[in-house]
Amino acid sequence: MQIVEKHKLALRWFHWLNFPVLGLMIWSGLLIYWANDVYGIWWNGKELFHFFPTPFYEKLNVAGKLAPGLAWHFTVMWLFMLNGIIYVVWSIASGHYKELMPDRNSFREAIQVVLYDLRLTKVHPPEAKFNAAQKFSYLGVVAMGAGSTLTGLAIYKPVQLHWLTALVGGYEIARGIHFILTLLYVLFFIVHVGQVIKTGWNNFRSMLTGYEIVKSNTEAEHA
Amino acid sequence: MLDPQKEINRRTTVAALWALLAIGGGVTAVSAVMNAPVSNGIPTPLRKVLETNAKIASSVSSNNRLAENYPREKGEKPRFNGTLGLGTPIDLDAWRLHLVGGSKDNLTIDDIKKLPSVEYTTKFKCVEGWSQIVNAKGVKFSEFLKAYGPKPGAEPTEADLPKWAGLETPDGGYYVGVDMKSMLHPQTILCYEMDGKPLTMEHGAPLRLLIPIKYGIKSLKRIGTLTLTNDQPHDYWYEHGYDYYAGH
Repeated sequence: MQIVEKHKLALRWFHWLNFPVLGLMIWSGLLIYWANDVYGIWWNGKELFHFFPTPFYEKLNVAGKLAPGLAWHFTVMWLFMLNGIIYVVWSIASGHYKELMPDRNSFREAIQVVLYDLRLTKVHPPEAKFNAAQKFSYLGVVAMGAGSTLTGLAIYKPVQLHWLTALVGGYEIARGIHFILTLLYVLFFIVHVGQVIKTGWNNFRSMLTGYEIVKSNTEAEHA
Repeated sequence: MLDPQKEINRRTTVAALWALLAIGGGVTAVSAVMNAPVSNGIPTPLRKVLETNAKIASSVSSNNRLAENYPREKGEKPRFNGTLGLGTPIDLDAWRLHLVGGSKDNLTIDDIKKLPSVEYTTKFKCVEGWSQIVNAKGVKFSEFLKAYGPKPGAEPTEADLPKWAGLETPDGGYYVGVDMKSMLHPQTILCYEMDGKPLTMEHGAPLRLLIPIKYGIKSLKRIGTLTLTNDQPHDYWYEHGYDYYAGH
């Protein structure tokens, strides 16, 4: 048994900072969205689900808070962008990004991971620091961060940054993408926490301490 | 050699202490902001950030960047969204524009309509998050200043003018302040027609501001008094927690 470094200190800070920062962004975003809550899931001219039902608003007490919502959103956005930009620069400089880069087998392996986790197959996918499904979702969530920033800027300064607004499909579509990305963060969060719980303490602890316990080769052979 | 279990336990303790410190620091920071003294409707630290954002935005913004112009037929029926300042009955024939800081006061609507007009179809964006394409006709504010500003006849420039324009409804129920640079934007107009028809009462007859480079909260309806001033004018939604600049 030995301990091995898994996550660098910088990475752990980037990771954990996302939790309060994204939390504040989603909360203030909800306060803003409430003022024009036009989205829903429609089928055949009928709205099946409205974002969001009144009890949801009441429970979270979001009504009539557009002004503080905007103020918080346009304050915390700086932390969100800074954390993201520094993370990306650090990833490239340190080579961390390579661990997230999929290769030509990754797509097939990612499907394997999903099937395995859903207990639809017993074939264990190849193990690595990040399996293929993790690579796609972690790269994906970084891309989502970039997407939220760009669509956010597009609706924040649609005249001054009109080229950006046009690039992301126009003012209304940018707002729609910005909203969908937010739903995806919540989805990501739920799956992520579920997987972390399932994987166990040794893995979770490595995101706190940076280190995990691995059985050394000789012990593994004897086991 | 170190016992790995002891070592990881030690590291876990250290990390847990850091985590507690970080959580404590974060919660303290957020609650300090939430409980900070209020500055015009929002906690002062947030107000400071909004002001910094506005400074950055205003220094990189350019009056050469125009709100997109749409084909005339894309114009929608203007949405009625605010009653502030419109509650008091008004006699349109008796209406005069009270101009403070200009070369002429008590202007009639004909004084304004006789100036060269412009018409455009741009997107009107509300701070609430909705938007619509509206067609509008009126007099460029810069054209208006050329006729009735402090230096009649001269092409108005930011340097020659006070820093702000303050606009108020006749009853004082609604009021906004706009920086002069934004007022001189070529699409900032004193508007008397929307959607091809004279302004209706609910859209601010007889004269309103339309400033497509700002959120709709700045496009004050039914102008009573227009003040050119170096003192930042009071602003209704600013007092209620919104960004004063409100430009996009």
